[in-house]
Amino acid sequence: MNQAINPIDNVIPLKEKLAKATKVQRRRALLLTMPLVIFLIVSFVLPIGEMLWRSVHNPAVSNVVPNFAIAIQQWDGQGLPSEEMFETFVSDLVVAKKNREIGKTVGNLATRINYALPGSRSLFTSTARKANKISAPYKEGLIALNKKWSNPQLWLSLQRNAKDFTPAFYLAALDLKYDDKGNVVQADKLYQIYLSNFIKTLQISALITFICALLAYPIAYVLSTLPLRQSNLLMILVLLPFWTSLLVRTTAWIAILQTEGLVNDIFVFLGILADDGRVQMIYNQTGTVTAMVHILLPFMILPLYSVMKTINPTYMKAAISMGAKQSYAMRRVYLPQTIPGLAAGTLLVFILAIGYYITPALVGGEDGILISNLIAYHIQKSLNWSLGAALSAILLGTVLILYWLFNKLVGIDNLKFG
Amino acid sequence: MKNVISKALITSAVSMAVFAGSVQAASITAVSWGGAYTKSQVEAYHKPWAAATGNTVVSEDYSGGLAEIKAQVEAGNVTWNLVDLELSDVVRGCDEGILEVIDHSILPNGADGSSAADDFLPGTLHECAVGLIVWSTIWAYDSTKISGVNSLADFYDLEKFPGKRGLRKGPKPNLEMALMADGVPASYVYIVLGTDAGVQRAFDKLDTIKDSVIWWEAGAQPPQLLADGEVVMTTAYNGRIFNAVAAEGKPFVINWDGQVWDLDMWAIPKGASNMAETLDFIKFSSSTQALADQASWISYGPVRKSSAALVGSYHNQPDLDMAPHMPTAPENFKNAVQNNFEFWADNQDQLNERFNAWLAN
Repeated sequence: MNQAINPIDNVIPLKEKLAKATKVQRRRALLLTMPLVIFLIVSFVLPIGEMLWRSVHNPAVSNVVPNFAIAIQQWDGQGLPSEEMFETFVSDLVVAKKNREIGKTVGNLATRINYALPGSRSLFTSTARKANKISAPYKEGLIALNKKWSNPQLWLSLQRNAKDFTPAFYLAALDLKYDDKGNVVQADKLYQIYLSNFIKTLQISALITFICALLAYPIAYVLSTLPLRQSNLLMILVLLPFWTSLLVRTTAWIAILQTEGLVNDIFVFLGILADDGRVQMIYNQTGTVTAMVHILLPFMILPLYSVMKTINPTYMKAAISMGAKQSYAMRRVYLPQTIPGLAAGTLLVFILAIGYYITPALVGGEDGILISNLIAYHIQKSLNWSLGAALSAILLGTVLILYWLFNKLVGIDNLKFG
Repeated sequence: MKNVISKALITSAVSMAVFAGSVQAASITAVSWGGAYTKSQVEAYHKPWAAATGNTVVSEDYSGGLAEIKAQVEAGNVTWNLVDLELSDVVRGCDEGILEVIDHSILPNGADGSSAADDFLPGTLHECAVGLIVWSTIWAYDSTKISGVNSLADFYDLEKFPGKRGLRKGPKPNLEMALMADGVPASYVYIVLGTDAGVQRAFDKLDTIKDSVIWWEAGAQPPQLLADGEVVMTTAYNGRIFNAVAAEGKPFVINWDGQVWDLDMWAIPKGASNMAETLDFIKFSSSTQALADQASWISYGPVRKSSAALVGSYHNQPDLDMAPHMPTAPENFKNAVQNNFEFWADNQDQLNERFNAWLAN
């Protein structure tokens, strides 16, 4: 304390002072963003992380028959596993039978192996019921109980799934599978469904985006050029459906397009169609495309409108005064200026369409369903959440790649969303 | 200070009284399939039980399957007390540990004095569930548009009976019915379906009408499809068609040839609250009288033998006898097959995938 203070030490450089002062401010600003950050983590990062985790996590074998899962790793895959491995398997099964903890029951193991080898589910559950009666020699005992246990495929599959992480769900999501020798091959044609559906989803989304752009461009143009009073009225016509519940709009299309619906009734009334020759316009791809174009159209109109509104009409006048024809001026002067809006609309509509679920589920019938419907099917019906997660992850990856491509081609900075 | 303490005491006493009150009058959530079926349960189970005990039953609808139960149990947030499940889902849910084990010794004896174990039809009690009804997938047609059908083969005969057909979207029980329509006797259906050639045969048969099929998913859809004229024949749950006829006077006729019957059961999601009340409700609703009462609201057969004698007429039409409309009535049961839950537990993932691929191509 009594030490003389060196005056030079006491002078804090201005830069440091400034840094100190702004540090507090920056912290405060950071604190203000915390609710959003937490919200994003809880509602976005964690669920997606959990989904990605599920798509590769494969705990069934090591959870249900833990000792066997370790032992089987030593097997060379020739013939059948050793007697000791059989013994571990049976004793693990006896323990597992009593377990009713979720994720650790014989049913979980049976479900998992049934994905790889259809038809083996009841083999596990029925064997577990009698497992405590099996005595040495275990190999013979198990095979005597059910001769399916002598199938080497079953044991190869158990060995493959004894690892905690697996690419199997991604393989299944791409119509691939392991063959008898453990090589990755294409699934049987009769069971191929996902890859073609991914392609179909991309095609339908592209088609919807294209139709939306075709329809929205003139509408947005008219909206932006009309006097305020008329354009406001038109704008309400655009927004009113936008504010109406998705379900109502989708069901309205059902009422309009079904074979006993409005459009068919009118055609029959006018004599254009015979009563028994009504056209199927819904519950197929046509229905999906029609309803989704209607639902997604505002997402194309609004960004286009906001861009067109800012385009100075004098540019067009200048072009025409210099001798350009209307169509030429439109193409060379007006259109390039609307690109940011068109690109934003395209991105919005395409990405919304690619993950659309409820409309195709309601009006898609059997050939109009998209990949998100198959994901929903695995989450809600088949309960194969891992496969659903793998499909979602692939969809997510596809969207990210498309976004990256789009950024390369158009540049995200150039977009104008409204 | 004293004032604060006494205030705190009063508050806690009041809240304890409220808490105690809520224990006495519990509320349980019973989940079922909606429509006419849920109504039959509300009338025969929920209302009388609520009146007798002072508890309340909240009725919720779902469209089958284990997804919601699995999600609730895995999240540790079980809001359902009781779910009306199909047998195959009971077996799978029990195997995977998402259902509570139910002690059958709590079940009351039959009205005729027989023990519960004897009174319930064989196979209608499960480690994790108590059976309620026998229901059936049948096929039905609009009698103003179709006449002269005899057997399931006619359902697949587009030349003799032109028009759209309604089928449930999924392989179950379409594969079974396709085989029976193709001439496989009911008792051989699952033996044939157990072979690759049999599955192929079923899909080949479905192929013959594929272009004329409208696929339905919820039980309420088929009567609606018939009423709207969207289809001339459809498969359906027998109770839904019965109710469209009995309650709404629709001109629909059920043909029982090749019916595929199944069970619905009460099961409890693992970790559900209000266990004592829920079990009491199960006891009540699976009693001889409650099951017989339910059968006066919809044509699903009670699983207790002792209930059969008490099944009377439709609740508001004394001259409409319910017995001939039950899936288990001898006249209807001639060519019937029980849904084989083990076959579906083994093969549903694979067959669903194949079915979806078949549909999309």
